[in-house]
Amino acid sequence: MDVHLKGLTMAFDGHETASLFKRGSAPSKVIAVNNFSATIKSGEMVSLLGPSGCGKSTTLMLLAGLYRPTSGQIIFGGEDVTRIDAEKRGIGMVFQNYALYPHLTVRKNILFPLKMKKVPKAEANKKMEEMARLVQIEHLLDRKPGQLSGGQQQRVAIARALVKEPKLLLLDEPLSNLDARLRLEMREEIRRIQLKVGITAVFVTHDQEEAMSISDRIMLMRDGILQQECHPQEMYRKPVNIFAAEFIGSPPINMLDRDGQRVGVRPEHFTLSQEQDFFTGKISHLETIGRDTLIRVQSAENETVRTFVDGNTTLKIDDTCHLSVKPENIHRFNPATGERVGDA
Amino acid sequence: MDGTRPTLLGTLKAYIYLLPALLVLGTFSIYPLFRSLFMAFTTVHRRTLEVEEVGLHNFRFLMDDPRFALALRNTFTFVLGVVPVAILISLGIAVLLNQKIRGATFFRSIFFLPFVTSTIAIAMVWNWIFHERHGLLNYFLGFVGVDPRPWIDHPDHAMTALIIMSIWSRLGFNIIILLAGMQTIDKQLYLAAKVDGASAWHRFKTVTVPLLSPSIFFLTVMGVIGSFRVFGEIYALFPGGATAGPANSALTVVYYVFQRFWDDRNFGLATAAALVLFVIILCFTLLQFWVGKKLVHYK
Repeated sequence: MDVHLKGLTMAFDGHETASLFKRGSAPSKVIAVNNFSATIKSGEMVSLLGPSGCGKSTTLMLLAGLYRPTSGQIIFGGEDVTRIDAEKRGIGMVFQNYALYPHLTVRKNILFPLKMKKVPKAEANKKMEEMARLVQIEHLLDRKPGQLSGGQQQRVAIARALVKEPKLLLLDEPLSNLDARLRLEMREEIRRIQLKVGITAVFVTHDQEEAMSISDRIMLMRDGILQQECHPQEMYRKPVNIFAAEFIGSPPINMLDRDGQRVGVRPEHFTLSQEQDFFTGKISHLETIGRDTLIRVQSAENETVRTFVDGNTTLKIDDTCHLSVKPENIHRFNPATGERVGDA
Repeated sequence: MDGTRPTLLGTLKAYIYLLPALLVLGTFSIYPLFRSLFMAFTTVHRRTLEVEEVGLHNFRFLMDDPRFALALRNTFTFVLGVVPVAILISLGIAVLLNQKIRGATFFRSIFFLPFVTSTIAIAMVWNWIFHERHGLLNYFLGFVGVDPRPWIDHPDHAMTALIIMSIWSRLGFNIIILLAGMQTIDKQLYLAAKVDGASAWHRFKTVTVPLLSPSIFFLTVMGVIGSFRVFGEIYALFPGGATAGPANSALTVVYYVFQRFWDDRNFGLATAAALVLFVIILCFTLLQFWVGKKLVHYK
């Protein structure tokens, strides 16, 4: 099912925001989502990416029907669902803190959406067991959420969201309560399950690496406005503005002033050269992580760049080095507007 | 001291520290408790003030006393009439007060007022509300075509009047406890339930009630204990105080104890009745804890 968002705008007038959302509490009269238009294609996994307070969670709440937009339209398939309540929109949602019913067993948690749909018991049980198998929690069905680890709770939350076979799955920062190792594992799990079920999914995150790795497409947001919408690699290779360039990539892109323009170069695009070229400076910091060594080079004009060199390097702190870069790897931006310039 | 095992010296030291508290408690709580237990098996001769052991005589008398039977019946009616209804009404009001509405804090204070107001003052106001000719209740009942009735002055209505007032006076405390309980419920659960397709009623049933069950359980236990011991409301609501309502129609067990003790000076019988009440309350509380274990969800 394709999902179309047309000129979606959400303005809060103060008092209603604070208690619904603990994080990102907004001051009075805030436009959380500003004229957001986009299309999510059937079977796609789309990430809504942005710093906290950028409106990505609000967009998700609008998709879920938990908020009513100030203006604009939400269209599922051919149907306008803008005025339809969350209860009747038939979507599945996974929350950051899982939001499992603490007094119900895993079995009953997964069965709950089916019970609300009045699915006959035998059929409901069959679907519940299928779903439990898919997310690999068959052995935990009779436990209460409190007796499960974070990762297991997340699996239950996914099963509960998917069991009623929704056409759209919404995930609100599903990994941020997990520790680093588990996050990696669940990230792959979510992608596996999404592909297996073939469901259209929207994934909210503030972690660019998460968004890059999991999604077919990224929608980058800032201050309620959609900045760029494209394939993850394209966003990395061709950021449309300074914000997109700086938000994507770790270590972050190096931003310099050259010829009256803001110029960005990814750390891995610098190469060491024998003579003076694009950048020259002294090494101020050096750390070896596995096969690569990350160096920080500071120029006489006090500009700093980060780049990778070979792990077996003989460079030391305070050594002077020259860095060069291929012209096609230089991103140029208009310093006033922040917009990308220079290529077609 | 590693604190793993009590040593003789350590225990002795602790008891010396505890001694003052134990002495006060023993003299004014424990001793009278056992003393009254003993009193239930005696009778005191009025003239000579001699104490005579009479075994189970007092209890046998209670079993055959129609007044005690009435007191028991009224007490059970009172408990059943007040506790569940008061909790249900408070639950409804608490849900409304928990909404994001203007002036919620103001209404919360208003509803809490009965709890901090003296029973006597409350009873005086209700005495007027219940008045046959000038009372507010009959005035409003008149609108729906119900004939005015003597709420306070007729044996048939006295218990009803008492129960209505007692429900009202318990609301404040119940609502505060329930509101506090509601604050601890994760708001995301309501969002999750909405997305899962649960209507407002189902959200109330599957999220609010189960997660509020510890508060509801607490209110039930406290309410049952308090209602079994009802006295002040009766004494204050019905004028005079010599009888519990018109023709003793609102007689409860504690009121029975009061009358036997002060009017009849039959201390043995009074303590025997108190002991019966104690056993009843104990049984009900144990029963509630047994049932509660299965129904109450603790985090």
